[in-house]
Amino acid sequence: MERKLRLTRPGLTLVALGLMGASLDASAQDEARFITLASTTSTQNSGLFDAILPRFREASDIEVRVVAVGTGQAFEIARRGDADSLLVHDTEGEERFVAEGYATERADVMYNDFVIVGPSDDPAGISDAQSIEEALSDIAEAEAPFASRGDDSGTNRAELRLWEAAGVEPGGEWYRELGSGMGPTLNTAAGMDAYAMSDRATWVAFDNRQNLALLFAGDEALFNQYGSLLIDPERHPHLKHDLAEQWHDWLLSEQGQAAIADFEVKGQQLFFPNAAK
Amino acid sequence: MPDDANAFQTALALILGLDPDLIGIVTLSLKVSFTAVLIAALIALPLGAAIALWRFPGRGVLIVALNALMGLPPVVAGLAVYLLLSRAGPLGELGLLFTPGAMVIAQVILVLPIIAALTRQQVEELHGDYREQLTSMGVSRARRIPTLLWDARFGLATVLLAGFGRASAEVGAVMIVGGNIDGVTRVMTTAIVLETSKGDLPLALGLGIVLLALVALVNAAAHLVGETARRRVG
Repeated sequence: MERKLRLTRPGLTLVALGLMGASLDASAQDEARFITLASTTSTQNSGLFDAILPRFREASDIEVRVVAVGTGQAFEIARRGDADSLLVHDTEGEERFVAEGYATERADVMYNDFVIVGPSDDPAGISDAQSIEEALSDIAEAEAPFASRGDDSGTNRAELRLWEAAGVEPGGEWYRELGSGMGPTLNTAAGMDAYAMSDRATWVAFDNRQNLALLFAGDEALFNQYGSLLIDPERHPHLKHDLAEQWHDWLLSEQGQAAIADFEVKGQQLFFPNAAK
Repeated sequence: MPDDANAFQTALALILGLDPDLIGIVTLSLKVSFTAVLIAALIALPLGAAIALWRFPGRGVLIVALNALMGLPPVVAGLAVYLLLSRAGPLGELGLLFTPGAMVIAQVILVLPIIAALTRQQVEELHGDYREQLTSMGVSRARRIPTLLWDARFGLATVLLAGFGRASAEVGAVMIVGGNIDGVTRVMTTAIVLETSKGDLPLALGLGIVLLALVALVNAAAHLVGETARRRVG
């Protein structure tokens, strides 16, 4: 009885070590030629990376591994030295990040805009509002359900700034902070017939709209700028700064900007390149 | 519901189409969870048996702690491993964050208490039956561990399957420490979360059905092996 077991045990250990080796090996293989990019869910969920990363890889032979999280969390990941590069959309936060010394460089890459979506019968009547301030005031006055990200993401930060500009302190029964990403927030908004603010890319690529419709867009205040940041190599010497710099430069290059412009979902361009020439 | 029918069709199409992306995701899911269960078992089986056999101060506390850890929220385990493996953390030098290795570590933490606690319980019961016999044969306690584990093997196989179920079903931990990187750390559960957030609910549900089928397959295989072995033992 015991004898049998002694024979099987080293076997098991070998299998375990082999498997562990195999699973760890995959990540070690091309260690030198990949960077980790912390970015937002909007860029990932819309499919932008699926479209542009192969083109970058072709040009540079560098693989970009994307960790898509909210902008707040992306900053935190980079601050801890867990990402080589950042592509986010909170210009104020990005500039603070540079000022605090975590990043050496920040550059405009592309933009799109935020849109307000809501139940297609538009109970708060925002579709004929003249400005985003008016639209938000209408929602607050009607106390129509509004689903907020509530997750310190770039979209959430922009939304809070817009409420402030509208002179409304959002709160109460109708204002629902979900604490989730853009997609889950749209899923929830669709489920409870609520208004929500979304970046246009996520909205256009989103499939579960149910009764939701795009109700308000076009105000200049809804401008949504994406920026690329290079993390300071002195603070985190292990980072692949050289490779990250190639990525950063490529995004701003003619090739990179063209790749962004070429990306379409359902026949619509979702990101508009605007790197400084 | 048209959506549900759609999900089954999607699941079927995914399986039959042998989509290479899906195969990669499935392979990684299995690899990570199997590795985690194996490592956890190598530690937790002897540990659980040892706790069953020895009496020592603090034993009750240890048992309660292990039982409580069976309910450890995956997201908490993930967060702890994230802080540990982050470059700013104590094990940051290893560079394991956002790799399958990090996912294995997180799942080991989730699975280990389940295997240890349930092994402890099974071995303790079994030991109750065999104690006199083993004592009369003069078998030392350390030597009893492999004997009892071997004798409890059919019950313990179910314990390992429970551990595998926990590992393959959780998403909170692997999402944080793996980062759901396409082609590198994307597993079934994180892919389901991603498709849900894209609003592609039929695909998300389809992936869910594939995952369920996979876990069922693993369980069926274990059951078959167990039955064959049991029959041979008589």
